[in-house]
Amino acid sequence: MPIQYYLFLSMALFCIGIMGTLMRRNAIIILMCIEMMLNAVNLLLVAFSKMYNDPSAQIFVFFIMVVAAAEVAVGLAIIVMMYRKVHSVDINILNRLKH
Amino acid sequence: MGIYEVLFWFLTVMAISCALGVILSRNPVNSVLFLIATFFAVSGHYILLNAQFLAIVNIIVYAGAIMVLFLFVIMLMNLNADTEPQKNRLVQLAGVISGGALFLVVLAAFRTTTVSVLEQSATDIGLIKNLGKTLFTQFVLPFEISSVLFLSAMIGAIVIGKKE
Amino acid sequence: MTNLVYLVPLFPLIGFLINGIGWRKMPKSAGGAIGSIAILASFIVSLGIFFEVKSTGATTIVHLFDFIQSGKLYIPFSFQVDALSSLFLLIITGIGFLIHVYSTSYMHDDEGMVKYFAFLNLFVFSMLLLVLGANYLIMFIGWEGVGLCSYLLIGFWFKNRDYTNAAKKAFIMNRIGDLGFLVGMLMILFHFGTLTYADFFNNLHNSDVAISNNMYNWIAICLFIGAMGKSAQIPLYTWLPDAMAGPTPVSALIHAATMVTAGIYMIARSSALYNLAPLAQNLVGIIGLATAILAASIAIKQYDIKKVLAYSTVSQLGFMFLALGMGAYTTAVFHVMTHAFFKALLFLGSGSVIHAMGGEQDIRKMGGLNKHMRITGITFLIGCLAIAGIPGFSGFFSKDEILAATYAHSPVMYYLALGAALMTAFYMFRLYFLTFTGSFRGTEEQHHHLHESPAAMTIPLIVLAFFAIVGGYVGLPPVISEHHSLNSFLRSVVSNFGEHELSHATEWMLMGLSSGLVIITIIIAYAVNKKPNFAPNTGLAKTLENKWYVDELYDAVIVNPLQKLSGLLDRFAERMGIDGLVNGVGKIVRWGSDRVRLLQSGQVGFYIFVMVIGMTLLFAISFFWIQ
Repeated sequence: MPIQYYLFLSMALFCIGIMGTLMRRNAIIILMCIEMMLNAVNLLLVAFSKMYNDPSAQIFVFFIMVVAAAEVAVGLAIIVMMYRKVHSVDINILNRLKH
Repeated sequence: MGIYEVLFWFLTVMAISCALGVILSRNPVNSVLFLIATFFAVSGHYILLNAQFLAIVNIIVYAGAIMVLFLFVIMLMNLNADTEPQKNRLVQLAGVISGGALFLVVLAAFRTTTVSVLEQSATDIGLIKNLGKTLFTQFVLPFEISSVLFLSAMIGAIVIGKKE
Repeated sequence: MTNLVYLVPLFPLIGFLINGIGWRKMPKSAGGAIGSIAILASFIVSLGIFFEVKSTGATTIVHLFDFIQSGKLYIPFSFQVDALSSLFLLIITGIGFLIHVYSTSYMHDDEGMVKYFAFLNLFVFSMLLLVLGANYLIMFIGWEGVGLCSYLLIGFWFKNRDYTNAAKKAFIMNRIGDLGFLVGMLMILFHFGTLTYADFFNNLHNSDVAISNNMYNWIAICLFIGAMGKSAQIPLYTWLPDAMAGPTPVSALIHAATMVTAGIYMIARSSALYNLAPLAQNLVGIIGLATAILAASIAIKQYDIKKVLAYSTVSQLGFMFLALGMGAYTTAVFHVMTHAFFKALLFLGSGSVIHAMGGEQDIRKMGGLNKHMRITGITFLIGCLAIAGIPGFSGFFSKDEILAATYAHSPVMYYLALGAALMTAFYMFRLYFLTFTGSFRGTEEQHHHLHESPAAMTIPLIVLAFFAIVGGYVGLPPVISEHHSLNSFLRSVVSNFGEHELSHATEWMLMGLSSGLVIITIIIAYAVNKKPNFAPNTGLAKTLENKWYVDELYDAVIVNPLQKLSGLLDRFAERMGIDGLVNGVGKIVRWGSDRVRLLQSGQVGFYIFVMVIGMTLLFAISFFWIQ
């Protein structure tokens, strides 16, 4: 398989993640889209690891997974708290940064 | 077209269509299920790329732990299609166009790169033994630091999620 | 001993730091003691260095640390100890010490005495740095340092607006000269790639660095402009008489030991360069001669005791530059030395007079002071005899050497210089007769107040008077002695140019002529001033009293147009142009941010959208434009 195929596949997944982030207002879906984008990057790293026959890239995938897991834990905690306060997960309600 | 190519195209189509499913389905529960399917497809790709260990970890950590967490939260909040807030058409169109533009830009950029073919050969760099060696020699410090990250994330999640 | 040379400037620096940091708290006597002891310590080290240099005759470079090192430019912070610098060390620290001792008494009633000593020490430190530096940059640091200190000390009584104006005038005039020095220095650096004396003078004759004769002239002229400012030559001399605003010992320090001799030192140090630049050398001589005549003529009609001495300094400096211009560098250094003795003596003597008169400086109100101040009167007379060039006193030998060198060069210039020398004798003895003889013309109260100064003031006078007599015997003219000890001492460092041997008969004739005329002049001065008449001057005398209207000329030609231009620029360029621009920028930013603020809607979705657009653009630019 040419490396480009993997490149395009992971770019496609990444861009779908971006579209999702922009289109949806549900904070949980947005968080999921971000997970999808991280996965796209992981896939590309593994492809390059294979290409250069180097395990370092796979180690990086590990670390990305670590960060993703931590991020999800904190992110979901924030969403739960927000839901408790405003009874919604709509990010458009979260415009308090303005004030 | 050998079994390898068949598998590649199958997994690719599955990954992209499930990813589209994630962002297009109205019900968040469906989105989660589609995302799990996407992760399975990506794990399949990992196996094709001789990263067997990562494939397993991906399924266990992402599809297993993280997505269950998502489902759990969604169920807890009792979200469904009816309560799902919708953006207006214009914003959705803008999202699609900007995401598509990014994709096109990258596509155009890498279109002309020289083709380097990934050979279908049996390497053992993706095996747990090799990865373990690398992880605990070359990357032992980041590894330890990541445990601190986990600890802080854990404490942070508890503190934030705690009822006042 | 030469390895300890860093101690010489170090002591005054320490003195400056102690006095400068503690000047509010310290008792006055402690400040004076620290200042004086610091200079005394330097003087002792200098003595050791001088005698070592005298016995070995060697030039030593003492490297302290690397100062600037950048690419090909390498400027070490090092000191050069040789005959010239060790001689100057002695003059500076020796006379500086006497002036410090004198100041402890003179300034005793002043509020800021400790601060004064701090400045004085810094002054001496800068001057030592100037003299010791082994390259032009170190010299320039000292050069600027003495400029700064002269500003601080001239404006020491800063509550008087005239005094601060005088300080500013001195500083600005010096800055004009400094610019010339700086340009000359950069030209040296550009053409020779070094500022170190040894490398520069060796390269002068080196065929590798082929520059035109013109360039030598330009460099020499630029350096001379620096010397003009610092050593008060036409056209930058007007600051020196105004510098009388400072305390009298400061005037003594500026005029005798430090500051004004810097220009002479610099040109003597660069003698190798000036030997290759005949045009610049002639210019130096002509400017020196013109200054000598002009300043001497002004001094004839001044009534302020310090002003007379100030113009006499300018005139004597003119003589030194005349000697430099004749290529007789050692003669100029000789005159610096003798002049340092008798001018310090005269200034300190005038300080003693002013002290006794309760701050009065007008000689029209003095007279007959001999009766009340014997030591001051006698030492002052010795100073006058020395500066007038009476045979046997130090000034005679150095001045005669200058005149002889001038005669060998051009008889016309000799007669002009002789005229200036006679004017010197005249105004000095006019000053002496008006001040110390005759009857007292001041108020009754001043008359009662008259007293001899305390020992701290008279002892320096006596020491200086001694040297004003014997100081000349290091350089006896060839007709008297074949051995000119100063010349042979300096020969290793300073090379005289185009020395003419005059026949002994000519030399005797010149000496006799000048001595005879000087004595006649003194008699005339006595006759004129026996019955002083202070009717308002008219005609030429009035012009002289008003200093040839040079200050007024400068005001009209330079200062006033400059101020008008500044006012104009202030009104239009500054207020409308720059202020408008600056305020306009502020207004535009405020107006723009008022609009841009609306983008900050707080909508997270919008932020992500903008981020994606930005990312896309960055990708597009980096992939398609840059390649």
